[in-house]
Amino acid sequence: MTTATAPTATPLRIGERTIDRRLIVGTGKYASWDVMQRALEASGCDTVTVAVRRERLLDEQGRSLLDALDLDRYTVLPNTAGCFDAADAVRVARLGRDLLEQLGNPGASWVKLEVLGDRATLLPDPVGTLEACRELVSDGFDVLCYTSDDPIMAARIRDAGAASVMPAGSPIGSGRGIANPAAIRIIHDLLKDPEHGGDPDYPLIVDAGVGTPSDVTMAMELGADGVLLNTGIAHAADPVLMATAMRAACDAGYFGRQAGRIGKKLYASASSPWSGIIESIPGE
Amino acid sequence: MAPRLTGGGNICDAMKLEVNGTTVELPPEATVEMLLAALDKADTPCAVERNGTLVPWKTRGGTALADGDRIEIVTLVGGG
Repeated sequence: MTTATAPTATPLRIGERTIDRRLIVGTGKYASWDVMQRALEASGCDTVTVAVRRERLLDEQGRSLLDALDLDRYTVLPNTAGCFDAADAVRVARLGRDLLEQLGNPGASWVKLEVLGDRATLLPDPVGTLEACRELVSDGFDVLCYTSDDPIMAARIRDAGAASVMPAGSPIGSGRGIANPAAIRIIHDLLKDPEHGGDPDYPLIVDAGVGTPSDVTMAMELGADGVLLNTGIAHAADPVLMATAMRAACDAGYFGRQAGRIGKKLYASASSPWSGIIESIPGE
Repeated sequence: MAPRLTGGGNICDAMKLEVNGTTVELPPEATVEMLLAALDKADTPCAVERNGTLVPWKTRGGTALADGDRIEIVTLVGGG
């Protein structure tokens, strides 16, 4: 439970924007808008991702996302999901920015860039990703760039001017968590450790594959500055309760990392003192 | 079923546009703003692309359409 004295995570700077909550949540796949609204509330997030799709011209019915989403409360991070080449991703990014400018939402300044390689894995196409990243950076976007957990690719994306590198823990929607913790650690070191040429303030966000709260905690303990997830909440049996858990997990990992873990030892180290143990009773 | 601007002159002069994959007919002098009005999207948050290039929302009134234009009208939907 939050108390008056409970610490809060520091805000996270990403390009020109600063977000207060380090868990970023997607708006896709919920059973209803009502469930989405309550899950977003429970997650504590202040930033949500959305997709850009064709407007229905003739058969529009029911509420849309924009009817259900409180744009005064949430900063919208539009994605380029579904794009399989750089040119399409750039088009979609510009369309998303135009929409958010009309809506007066601060999310107009940034984009979650995805350039996908194929429909089965939804893994990123590294060549197209880098090409689109460069073009969008030169067009003034803060690019939050989805990528695989390849450390060298992460550094290349950083070098291309991305505002944040967002490696996948595992494939989008797979729920397999952090498939390669060592890779995330190396990415952390390359991007954020001065000894490896990194900048401690450069934001690293683990995006995709999160299935459980412990996945979120692990990502944060590995040194991620934030986690972006959607399916892990939206498709949970109880999305609102899972959102509560994901929020706590993000805090747990963040504070655990800040607190500095103990080293691992092969042998035991008693927590209770050896001195003062009562003697065995003689003759018994 | 192709939406048409009413009172737009002789239909024989109409332009044919491809809007989100659907054929739409409009009078020759139509702009992007008029297209959105004809589709009842004037007050709907959306972004418009003409032949692959964004039409910034502030320039819709001054952006004329031409016969054969490919138009995309998009909005925001749930996504991750």
